[in-house]
Order: sequence, then C-alpha cells, then structure tokens
Amino acid sequence: MQRPARYREGYRRFFNSLVLHFRPRIVPERTLRLTLTWGLGGMAVVLVFMLIGTGLLLKFNYEPFPDKAYESILHLQRNVLFGSLIRNIHHWSGHLLLVVVFLHFLRVVFTGAFHPPRQFNWVIGLGLFCIVIFSNFTGYLMPWDQLAFWAVTICTSMLEYIPGIGQWLQKLILGGSEVGPATLSNFYAIHTAILPTLFIILMSFHFWRVRKSGGLVIPRSPKESIETREEPANTIPDLILRETVVALVLIAFILIFSILFNAPMEGKANPGLSPNPTKAPWYFSGIQEMLMHFHPLFSLFVIPVLMMIALLAFPYIDYESNPSGVWFGSSKGRRMALVAVLIAIGATPVGILADEYMIDLAAWMHGVPSSISTGLIPFLVIVVGSIGFYVLIKRKYSATNNEAIQALFVLFLAVFIILSATGIWLRGIGMKLMLPF
Amino acid sequence: MSKPKKQHEVDQPEQTPSRRSFFNKLWIFLGFVALVEFVGVVSAFLMPRKKEKKTGNFGTIIEAGPVEKFPKESVTAFIRGKFYLARLKDGGFLALSRKCTHLGCTIPWVSEEEKFACPCHSSAFDIRGEVVSPPAPRALDIYRVFVENNIIKVDTGKKIKRTEFRGEQVTYSKAS
Repeated sequence: MQRPARYREGYRRFFNSLVLHFRPRIVPERTLRLTLTWGLGGMAVVLVFMLIGTGLLLKFNYEPFPDKAYESILHLQRNVLFGSLIRNIHHWSGHLLLVVVFLHFLRVVFTGAFHPPRQFNWVIGLGLFCIVIFSNFTGYLMPWDQLAFWAVTICTSMLEYIPGIGQWLQKLILGGSEVGPATLSNFYAIHTAILPTLFIILMSFHFWRVRKSGGLVIPRSPKESIETREEPANTIPDLILRETVVALVLIAFILIFSILFNAPMEGKANPGLSPNPTKAPWYFSGIQEMLMHFHPLFSLFVIPVLMMIALLAFPYIDYESNPSGVWFGSSKGRRMALVAVLIAIGATPVGILADEYMIDLAAWMHGVPSSISTGLIPFLVIVVGSIGFYVLIKRKYSATNNEAIQALFVLFLAVFIILSATGIWLRGIGMKLMLPF
Repeated sequence: MSKPKKQHEVDQPEQTPSRRSFFNKLWIFLGFVALVEFVGVVSAFLMPRKKEKKTGNFGTIIEAGPVEKFPKESVTAFIRGKFYLARLKDGGFLALSRKCTHLGCTIPWVSEEEKFACPCHSSAFDIRGEVVSPPAPRALDIYRVFVENNIIKVDTGKKIKRTEFRGEQVTYSKAS
C-alpha cells in the first residue's frame, strides 16, 4: 500500500535536510570525479562506523582478564550467533582502515591538499592517523594469544630505549614491569573508551575544517590555471549517489571477505615460551626492520622523532608555489617522483643485503660504543645521502622546492615500504633473511 | 571580569594596559602548571599499584631448595619465579632473569650448547648471563641470592640490572 504523496515528500525533506546539515547544497562539478580522492576519506568514515558497531557487539562477550580473554573469544566464535562474523568484520575493518587512511594521507600529499588554507587540517589528520595506529595496537593485545602477547611485549620493550623517559613510559603503558593483567585492563580502557571518544571529536573537527576550506581541492591538469568560477553540481543527488555507491561496495567487500577468511587466533598466551620468530604487527615492521640495521637509540627514537617533526612541519614549509589539485604538482614533479622510486628500489635491497652479510660496523670499529658505530655513523650516512639527493635532483631538474621536497618524500616513503615488506615477508626463524616459501 | 575599571586605566587609552597583560600572562603560566599537574596526576593514577603477593610467587622471596640439590655447572629453571638458578664451576650461585635484555622475549637454556639462546633475534648468553652474541645490549638481569639454613633463597621482588658479569654478583654458600 503506497503512502500518500505528502508523507513521501516529508520523508524526502527529512533525509535531504539531514544530509545537507553535513554537506553544502552545491559542490564544484569537477570534484565529483572518483579519481580525485578515490573516496578514501569516505571509506575511512564507513570503516570507523563498522568498527564501532562491531566493537560494541564484541563488548557484550569479551572479558578483559588474562585468564578469561582468550576463552571468551573462543566462546564468541563457537556459541554466539554470528560471533565469528562480527569478530572477523572487526578484525579486517581494523587492518583495512589503516591501509585506507594511509592511502588517503598519500592522496592528500600528492594532490597538494595540505597547502593553505588546509594546513591545520593536515595536523588534525596526523592526530587521527596516530589514533588509528594506537587503536590497532591496543586492539592487537585483546585476544591474549601467543601472537598478541609477544608482539606487544617486544613493542613495549622498544620504549625502554627512549632516553630519559623511556623506562617510566614503559611502566606506565604496561601497568607494571611486564605484559600482564594491568596491561590488558589499560589497553582495554584505551581501546574501547578513550580512543573512540578522541576519534569522534577529531573526526568532527577534521570534517568541519574541510567545509571551512571550501571543500575538496579542484582537480586540474598541470597546464590549467585556476578557474575563477567552477561549474556547479547538486550535492543531492550527484554527490550523495557516488558516496553511497562507494560505501555500499566497501561494505559488501568487507562482508564477503569476513565470511571467507577468519581472523587469526593462535594458542593461548604463554609468558614462558617466546615463539620463533617473534614479530611486531605488520604496520610496525618498518621500524622492526630498521632495528635490524641501526642501534635502537636511532631506529626507535631519533629517526621516528625526526620523521614526526618533519611530518608536522610539512605543510608549513615556505613553498614556492601552491599547486593544489594537480597530481604531483606538475609533470616535472611526476618525473622526479618516479626517479626517487627507482633510486629507492635500487638502493634499499642493496643496503639491506650489504648490512646483513658484509658490513659489520661494530667489529670494524672495535673500541667504539655501539650507539656510535651502529647508530650515529650509519645515521649520518643516511642524512648526508638524503641531503645529497635533494640538492642533486633539484639542480638536475631545475625544480621548485615543492617538487624537490615531494621527491624526497617519495624516496623516504619507498624506502619505508621496502623495509616494511622485508620485515613482513622476508624475515623468518631467528629473524634471518629468507624467501617466504 | 568582575573587577571595576580603575580610573587611570580609562584616562590612558593609548598605553598598553600593563595590568591586563600581566594577568593574561599569569593565566597562561597557571595553565601550564595545571597541565603539568594533570600529567602528573594521570600518570600516578595509572602507575602499577602495589599488590599483595602470595609467598612463593614472582615478586616475593622464593625458596629454591637445599644447596646440595644443585650440581656445579648446572642451570635450573623456576617457572613461577621467572628465573634460572645457575651454579657455576666454583660452586657460586647466580639467579638470572629469563627475560632477554634486547626486547623482552623469554629465553630457553640450551644445555647442549651451554648457553641461553633467545628465539626472537638470536641473542645468546653464557651460564653467567654474559652476552656472547648480539643484539642484546647487556648481560641478563639478576636477582639477589642468599642462603639461610643451607637453603638457597632468591628475592624476586627486586630485579638488578647490570651491564656485565662481575665476581661480586655471585653468592657462595659456606659449604662450597
């Protein structure tokens, strides 16, 4: 039985006005293109809602105590209706979210969407990225299986190497001197209450800043100049339809993946038995691989801190131009980025293999403390190499500092990805280099 | 602001009001003090609470056994105490932590090779806990060993960090 026309009109007005609370009525027609943002930001929001939804359902069954956690998850998977599916959705959405926000971060870099007036939103975005990583990490401990227990053990042990506050910080996070009941309680409170709250506050701030800066960057090819008047399109239906399609496809993908593949679950945590190898979660593999080559003071403190400072300062550098909306800034920028990738692909494996089999700085510089021989010296080599790369590529291409800084960013990015891939797939028993088959 | 405007503030509109800027700076300073206090209180709240420990468990004094029970050049594992009791060639005792000093993995004693071999990153330590193979940065932590009525006792309440093995760290019973 069809409702009278006046009801349908009422529902439609309600839905439209709800949507138009968060959206402008009109958007530039060119920003509708999928190839501008690939819908990554929207995908992140969908994943966050799926995580919160499945997370709330998991809270009805999970018990955050070392002698109960593992069993409560087994019980959920075996005896609770859709228990396995809910856990799988939560697990895979969590990992996919990290990939999606990382790609979103790259999209923002390469479309220049961090230049004024979007500089502060970049900083908020970095905050959100940190929250995603901490959510992943605290959630990783929840199953209290061998994988969880030992990954968290080695990652929290890394904190010890931070000078000055390291041991205090480790004790604070662990709630003691080792991973135990206090750690699980702390991580559970952080994972299910503190981080979701921060998430919602920062996400709202992030979206508001997008509106305030006039929406998305306008995509254009390098030769085009910025139009003074953009061709408009209606949010309803043009933008909403596209967003809904992306969201539904993503949800379908997650559902199918979660039906087919189970979240991993190893044996129950045994503090007396460390598995061989014991690896950090995949998103920390880059740092773990750096640990294999540099002294902990540099791989766990100096380099990460410098990277964080560089990322925070990234939008505030005095750039020569503002190429927002152009992928890689210009055609020259694209070529330089490609050169950076090729250099990274060439140099990184050589470096890893050389350090693994040929170089032994600690032995060559026998009397020198290891923080210098395996720490400061290789670190200085990297610094000099990076500065050299920047100067040479800027000169060779007569590039703007936009293009040169972007190339340097691509270089570090490619090296980090190769290090992460090595840490994930090419390290086996005893952390020796080996092929994954 | 509930303070009434003073007469001379109104009379001097061109000068920077020094009292206002003083109070603004005071507010900012107090804000920093509040932030430091907040961090202090939160971290004290989160700090590990002192727990009642049942004797015989990790964190208390554990009775290992009579001196004669342990042969020279042997290593005995104590699972609840989370330590190894090593008796050296000269009869002295060392209680070694089972945690690797690199990243905290639990190390098994491999008696065929006479060393502790960490499964995580292949660090190795000898019977005295000294590093024989990196990447471990220092020797295994130890616990205080003392002898009462010919019984070996280990105080697992306090972990002792050290960079290398030294003779003073070994405990001898009067018999050996």
